[in-house]
Amino acid sequence: MAINIWKYSSPQTFYPLAGKLAPWFLGLAGVLALVGLYIGLLLAPSDFQQGNAYRIIFIHVPAAWMSMFVYLVMAFWCAVGFAMNTRVSFMMALALAPTGALFTFIALWTGSLWGKPTWGTWWVWDARLTSELILLFLYIGFMALHAAIEDVRRADRGAALLALVGAINVPIIYFSVQWWNTLHQGASVSMTRSASMASIMLIGMLVMSLSAWMYAIGASLLRVRILIAEREQAPDGLAAGAPS
Amino acid sequence: MSWNSAAEFFAMGGYAFYVWGSYAVAAVCIAGEVWWLVHRVRTLQARPGLNAQQSVRQP
Repeated sequence: MAINIWKYSSPQTFYPLAGKLAPWFLGLAGVLALVGLYIGLLLAPSDFQQGNAYRIIFIHVPAAWMSMFVYLVMAFWCAVGFAMNTRVSFMMALALAPTGALFTFIALWTGSLWGKPTWGTWWVWDARLTSELILLFLYIGFMALHAAIEDVRRADRGAALLALVGAINVPIIYFSVQWWNTLHQGASVSMTRSASMASIMLIGMLVMSLSAWMYAIGASLLRVRILIAEREQAPDGLAAGAPS
Repeated sequence: MSWNSAAEFFAMGGYAFYVWGSYAVAAVCIAGEVWWLVHRVRTLQARPGLNAQQSVRQP
């Protein structure tokens, strides 16, 4: 049975779908967060080098991953919006931005709180940290630009262009630890510690990441619903099949 | 279980400020966003248009 994906590219059909899916994703995020916190805070042993300071990893790494991933998804929807001229795509991008900015802020904040006990400094202007800070400014710039342009369609396109150009920053963040000398450690997933310890820590981190993933999907679906309703002013216009 | 007592758990081996500071801010941020989303949904529902739409389901 073929599913007509184009059906969901119009606000009228996407609106009820987003409403149905969002609570499931948010609920799943909550359950996964509880499991992840149980593993990360209670089951996982303390690190032989960092003691218990390493437990910040269960917030920091999922938030940092999501900060980059949400941006890529946002840029993807902007590209789709340009190519297909679908309004929901631009709304999806706009719906993702605050959640992405939130994860970026959490990654920066927890990184700072982790840096102080391990590196001895709250902040350092090195490649990883600076490019992540630029990511936060890109999110804020995207939202501010969209809010500054009065005509919604022009705002969609202007902000989308900024998001697409800014996407170059994401690989820079990701590979910054390889390309430049930085205080920041390399990729976390390939960490080589004594097997039994690493696995429970890794499982905790992955469960927390999955939770962050579900949260980002749920929150942005809820927000895209709000955006659709706000834009169409009277949502019964949506049900009646307003031109898209 | 890697803890012997609740006090030990909350002390986080001397890193309580850094660990709980991270978890607290993350929790506040997420809770804040959820609150803000719910607030916007409530505001929308207060409009007369949306209530009318909710009672009439699409076929």
